[in-house]
Amino acid sequence: MTMRPSATFDTPAIAEIQRAAREGMYAIRGFGAKRRVPHFDDLLFLGASISRYPLEGYREACGTDVALGTRHAARPLRLDIPVTIAGMSFGALSANAKQALGEGASKVGTSTTTGDGGMTPEERLASDKLVYQYLPSRYGMNPDDLRRADAIEIVVGQGAKPGGGGMLLGQKISERVAAMRDLPAGIDQRSACRHPDWTGPDDLEIKIQELREITDWQIPIYVKVGASRPYYDTALAVKAGADVVVLDGMQGGTAATQEVFIEHVGIPTLAAIPPAVEALQELGMHRSGVQLVVSGGIRTGADVAKAIALGADAVSVGVAALIALGDNSPELAEDYAAMGTAPGAYDAWHEGRDPAGISTQDPELAARLDPEAAAQRVANYLRVVTLEAQTIARACGKSHVHNLEPEDLVALTVESSAMARVPLVGTSWVPGASVDPARRTS
Amino acid sequence: MSTIETTAGTLNLDDLGLRGVNRTLQQAAAGEGFSLANPNGLHAIAAGLRAEVAVDVLGHAGYYCAGMNQRATVRVHGNAGVGLAENMMSGRVDVLGSAGQAAGATARGGLLVIHGDAAARCAISLKGAHVVVRGSVGHASAFMAQTGRLVVLGDAGPGLGDSIYETRVYVRGTVGELGADCVEKPMRDEHLDELAALLADAGVTDVSASDFRRYGSARQLYHWQHPDGAEDR
Repeated sequence: MTMRPSATFDTPAIAEIQRAAREGMYAIRGFGAKRRVPHFDDLLFLGASISRYPLEGYREACGTDVALGTRHAARPLRLDIPVTIAGMSFGALSANAKQALGEGASKVGTSTTTGDGGMTPEERLASDKLVYQYLPSRYGMNPDDLRRADAIEIVVGQGAKPGGGGMLLGQKISERVAAMRDLPAGIDQRSACRHPDWTGPDDLEIKIQELREITDWQIPIYVKVGASRPYYDTALAVKAGADVVVLDGMQGGTAATQEVFIEHVGIPTLAAIPPAVEALQELGMHRSGVQLVVSGGIRTGADVAKAIALGADAVSVGVAALIALGDNSPELAEDYAAMGTAPGAYDAWHEGRDPAGISTQDPELAARLDPEAAAQRVANYLRVVTLEAQTIARACGKSHVHNLEPEDLVALTVESSAMARVPLVGTSWVPGASVDPARRTS
Repeated sequence: MSTIETTAGTLNLDDLGLRGVNRTLQQAAAGEGFSLANPNGLHAIAAGLRAEVAVDVLGHAGYYCAGMNQRATVRVHGNAGVGLAENMMSGRVDVLGSAGQAAGATARGGLLVIHGDAAARCAISLKGAHVVVRGSVGHASAFMAQTGRLVVLGDAGPGLGDSIYETRVYVRGTVGELGADCVEKPMRDEHLDELAALLADAGVTDVSASDFRRYGSARQLYHWQHPDGAEDR
């Protein structure tokens, strides 16, 4: 008899039905979308040749600095590299992990970001440049911390769950985490999915004005959205007065969200960038007034360069930063095996049993992470992706990574060509484009 | 409308603009007092104050009046818009008229007294402050409220205390359909004492704590794996 597995009811689908039938509750996990979606891997750079000439690959100057918040803030955030650390909470992560992210980012002249739950003193001390997230839950929200921040990021949503709030399971709600969030210890803490005191773009404009009044118009105000309707969300954020738009695609990570949400809500990072850039261009703000920070599945310098070529001013990394810290390390294979998983597949960040000491509040587990060594790994990683992006930029003849442009790119697939709005490789065809690609100038 | 005397040092919003007025208030030393003329519904009036200053807003205020207040005493001699005293940390805010939506949202300390009514979502995500409303509150008040107290002398709209945590809600009038996981709880002596003290702090002398009923969390949504999903809501 021939074995014939179903393409529709494949092994993971069958396993999930069986799990649901057994446990009676939907699955929650960390990490971002794991399904294959069109991504930066589907794009290629056109290196210089006769029609373009390259810069010397190892020596010629190729700038990587970026200023975020030049529109309204007296003190824009000036970063040495166009790669930042995304918002992740103390609570979801251990204090050691947050400290290591701050120190790692500081070593290479970039920023890190707080998360749901407020700012810790260790994190502020460790981070030369710290972005303070202003979230719907307002856990730990403190105007003194707001004024201590180098920028404010109003979080509307995140790529893993646009339209969703958060969840921090009770085992991670230690006494310290609970006290910061004004909650009883040990309960499963929910974060609201919408802000308590504003509901639409007109309100957001007033909220931004309040935050500027409280911080004396000194620091930039970002607006972060999960990628779903990036053209409209970008335009509305700009209209509301944002200095920076942070756009997080569906591959962006989460500490704990329903699996069905992670995999089925939101759009891929690749598809989100061009509409956001289009909105900025139409408003005369692209590369001149409002900066665009892109996140969601950034792994390598090639990803950094491709995001920037499509129009981002900078990118931010979350999952990759955790991996650099030590998450999913092969050295933890035995620990992972004991938990029924393996290096490369561990995503139970919500459970608080992280053998790497990163996504936990267990003191013994957290002590496994040496913050200094972890900070160095983060700094190394950030340095490498920056060098890689420079390498590509030089090959395309660019003296600054921001000089990369869509014209430097082609797409390997019809889908990615349509999404990225760059020609299918070997053709002049951009599916869906109303303008002849040969005449594209940006 | 007001029987409260205004304090010295009038700042005219028409002349100084919002930034000029807020900067003066934010830099003022403890003990100073100001009256703000011509508020005209401007937003973020007296937001981000940090010192023990007294501010009288001589008219109606827009959104986020006294937002994130620390230590200051702010009195609005009129109505206030959305997000009054949002995320207040300490101090006291009085609105002698009525307040818009989300009054006292996420406030972590201090006392907010609304002498008229408050619209929907009053004390939403409250985090430790005390809110006293002489009139009624709209729907979904004390939504996801965590700690602190909401006292309502009038009526409360539907959805009161939806997904509430440890905030205690005291209501003297009628209450619409309660929100998810919010239940009426017995008024014990400790609650009567607490409420009497709150009423006294707010300057409310014409009602008795024994006229109120208490509402709080059934604590059935505290753990994710409890069958707390849509079927229960």
